Amino acid sequence: MSVDQETIAESISALPLPRKVMDNLTHELKNVKVTKRQFDEILKRTAATYDYSRIEAGEAAGVVSAQSIGEPGTQMTMRTFHYAGVAEINVTLGLPRLIEIVDARKNPSTPMMTIFLEKDYAFDRDKARELAWKIEATYITVLGSMSTDITEMKLIIELNKKSLLQRNMTTKEVADKIEEELGVSSEIEEDVLIMRPEESSYRQLLQLVKSVQSVILKGIKGIKRVVIRKEESGEYVLYTEGSALKEVLAIDGVDATRTRTNNISEIFEVMGIEAARASLIHEATETLKEQGLTVDVRHIMLVADIMTVDGDVKPIGRHGISGEKASVLARAAFEVTVSHLLDSGLGGDVDELRGVTENVIVGQPIRLGTGNVKLIAKKPVKGE
Amino acid sequence: MKEKEPTGREFKPLEHRMVPRHEILTDEELKKILVEFNIEKEQMPKIRVSDPAASAVKAKVGDVVRVTRESPTAGKAIFYRLVIV
Repeated sequence: MSVDQETIAESISALPLPRKVMDNLTHELKNVKVTKRQFDEILKRTAATYDYSRIEAGEAAGVVSAQSIGEPGTQMTMRTFHYAGVAEINVTLGLPRLIEIVDARKNPSTPMMTIFLEKDYAFDRDKARELAWKIEATYITVLGSMSTDITEMKLIIELNKKSLLQRNMTTKEVADKIEEELGVSSEIEEDVLIMRPEESSYRQLLQLVKSVQSVILKGIKGIKRVVIRKEESGEYVLYTEGSALKEVLAIDGVDATRTRTNNISEIFEVMGIEAARASLIHEATETLKEQGLTVDVRHIMLVADIMTVDGDVKPIGRHGISGEKASVLARAAFEVTVSHLLDSGLGGDVDELRGVTENVIVGQPIRLGTGNVKLIAKKPVKGE
Repeated sequence: MKEKEPTGREFKPLEHRMVPRHEILTDEELKKILVEFNIEKEQMPKIRVSDPAASAVKAKVGDVVRVTRESPTAGKAIFYRLVIV
């Protein structure tokens, strides 16, 4: 007599196992005829195997992770070259990128965004392009050419009609935007703008040229370039050079549930610590994968967890996790020994001898593995 | 330079795919968890009260937030964070 599917599903969901193990088990047992005895045996062995695969108490998980990420790291490209990444946008890859991630840099060297679009926009090339122009920072230099007339002390901007049309802007808009930003009004003659500096000095004129060049006429500051790419699913996705998550998410048509950036500190600010953790894992895994290295995700998860445990994204290393060691001896063993010892001597610090380094220094067993276990014997009470 | 005018569209952190589910624990749930793990509240991982996801669920300092993550290894993983200043 075989066990029916309902009982199988019910007994599996009652097990103290992770969701994934239960899902796999249910999947494997689908439409398989098993007797009650066989089914019990399967459950028993699954539970035993799961228990066996769990890490043991006292195991140095951190060291194992460090080695598991460190060893493949030696095989990564050490050159700081930027490889052409997704859609002709250069991104830092390899070891420099991995270092950037674990150092929790505020500004990665090549910030990049992947902007997904909402349904109405995602499958329409024109709408996607329109959004791209809205996002890409447009400066005057791409819209036309500038020249100065020294005899009359004026700045002449000749706008290119085609570029204007492409970006859906008018000469008037350009003039208004410049006036709004700089407070300098201009004379409009068809496609030509003529501006005069407040004082007619040559220096002022040059200054004006510089300020006009820096005005963002359309788009978001920091987004240098936008590339539109059609994905296999048929939807258009925008890839940007430069990143401004908050500003981009505020634009209508941008899918605020999927849009990403590779700037982790920006993700932390906009979406919080949990998203930052997910992004750390994603970025590190992708960097390793791109180099053809496979590192178990658990190691990366451990790193991401420790980096985000205090509610902020903290770097691994001297200025972050390793630098905050509680033990005086451990810190003294690392760098500037004398000043650490002197400071703690003056302050009357106590070393609890909990870590590895300090226990090695004083010649005690370290509290890892079997060293973590203390025997506790109960003293028999007299008269019992 | 002038500030960019707001477009009136508000970003909801909890709706983003990268943000797992956040919920505030009730007192009974919290008590049960502290007993289960045999720890004090202060030993838990932290989350800032200013964190976008924490403020989205209106967490206050001292609350404990339950985070239900999609985990590539366990399928579903539950994590707790104490809300700090």
